[in-house]
Amino acid sequence: MRKAFIAALVELAEQDPRIVFLTGDLGYLAVEPFAERFPKRFYNVGVAEQNMMGLATGLAEGGMIPFVYSIAPFAILRPYEFFRNGPVQHRLPVRVVGVGGGFEYGPNGFSHYALEDIALMRAQPGVTVVVPADHVQAGNALRVTAGLPGPVYFRLGKDDKTTVPDLNGRFYLGRAQLVVPGDDLLFVALGTAVQQAVAAANVLETHGIDAAIALVDNLTDAHPENLTGLLARYGCVITVEAHYLNGGVGSLVCEIVATEGLDCRVVRCGVARLESGVSGSEAYMLDQHGLSASKLVEKALSVVGST
Amino acid sequence: MAGRRGHTMDPRRIRRIIIEQSHRVHVGHIGCALSVADLIAALYGGVLRIDDPDDADRDRFVMSKGHAALALYAALYLKGWLTQRQLDTFCADGTLLGVHPEEALTGVDFATGSLGHGLSIAAGSALAARLQGSRRRAFALLSDAECNEGSVWEAAMFSAHHRLSNLVAVIDLNGQQALGHTKDVLDLSPLANRWREFGWNVIEEDAVESGSAERIAARLNEIDTSTGPPTVLIAKTRFGKGVSFMEDRIKWHYWPMSDDEYTQALLELDAS
Repeated sequence: MRKAFIAALVELAEQDPRIVFLTGDLGYLAVEPFAERFPKRFYNVGVAEQNMMGLATGLAEGGMIPFVYSIAPFAILRPYEFFRNGPVQHRLPVRVVGVGGGFEYGPNGFSHYALEDIALMRAQPGVTVVVPADHVQAGNALRVTAGLPGPVYFRLGKDDKTTVPDLNGRFYLGRAQLVVPGDDLLFVALGTAVQQAVAAANVLETHGIDAAIALVDNLTDAHPENLTGLLARYGCVITVEAHYLNGGVGSLVCEIVATEGLDCRVVRCGVARLESGVSGSEAYMLDQHGLSASKLVEKALSVVGST
Repeated sequence: MAGRRGHTMDPRRIRRIIIEQSHRVHVGHIGCALSVADLIAALYGGVLRIDDPDDADRDRFVMSKGHAALALYAALYLKGWLTQRQLDTFCADGTLLGVHPEEALTGVDFATGSLGHGLSIAAGSALAARLQGSRRRAFALLSDAECNEGSVWEAAMFSAHHRLSNLVAVIDLNGQQALGHTKDVLDLSPLANRWREFGWNVIEEDAVESGSAERIAARLNEIDTSTGPPTVLIAKTRFGKGVSFMEDRIKWHYWPMSDDEYTQALLELDAS
């Protein structure tokens, strides 16, 4: 996803001399195409994320469009106050690129996981949060959001191969997408978690359950305009996200169900609490937290069986 | 542009506004604002190239020690960018002139209030100017205790490494912070050497004696902002300067004035 994103960014930067790229000394084998094509607009600022976000604020106020790049928790958590008081408060077109959503940095452990990034970024008014589901969509999402006047956060996965069937990179600002139709229940998945939901839906079909899947690939402080209508059509909704249970898509769906008065049961699949110090591969961690396809199938069967 | 050659803003007028406004609304941060009055008078009177606060190619100024914003408001008023009516909304309900500056107010380039942000932001401003081939410059006014923040030194390293010659930091060295003297809380000395070792061009200037604003402006205008490393001007200031019972007294970091103190303060300012 990083390679596709950087490739799209190089294309944009060919047309737009305002684009400048800052990295906190990360992005080996990913950011080189930009650095080589635009050496004067590429800054490795060193391991100093607060300064990176402050620089981006000054650059953007001065008419540039800075992209700040790091592993997701370093891109967001260390300079969070700089982000809030800078690009958010001044409504500036700073692009924060956080690599590795959820457990993507697997064996690197807790310090490298991004499990609260969506909650933190969506809490800030005027910020567009983009969570591409695959690498094709990542490039397109960058192009679609290029003209936004305010801050954008991209949660980029590391997978440069897998694609979501039939998505073909489509991306619509302010809307969720129904990527798989179905009648019996609705999965609402955040970004790449849609892949586990698709695999689960395929298994559920063999059990005679017709599961639909909605993809949430962008969020703001407002609700996606079509999500209420989608939720209203299902009596049972299962949210799926590599994120803490609080503040992500599960919370978003509950907000909509409650405020719109929908008659819909919501089951949230996400990370409740980490076992202290335990790490493992992404697949292992997802399974441990009920987010693998097989665990989603178990959950769906128990939910449908109980209604 | 008359101000570019000679200093034209009277710091005594800034001090009077600080005293009047902070008494009117009964707020503190008086000593900090008085401490920077000469520095602000120098910058706005004779250094910053700002023909129009909306000009995209103006010099940028970051009031990194945002809690002294009242001194900045006074300068914006004296420049004619704020009306008396606006100034009189200081700390009123619904105002844009809070204790800390907001960029929504004309003349304020960046909102501040949390220490340690301003030098990075000014470095970004300076870098934008370089990338755009502009001669505009970026200035940041920092408190001495603000140098406790690690982010200040991140910005210092970056700016020196990239030789941001169009970046100027001014440090208000009054030796005090919220709960005590800087030498007791977290000793900064030798401050000039620290900046020098970080690769900055360092200027030290006394801003306690009379005529400080003119001297500071002159020193700032001597800086070559087209080549070489970034510059820091470390200005030895006096906390609460101009009001005898506030000078070098920690309590005036937060304390508001009584009516008697206000009368006394005005008498002293008028006599100066």
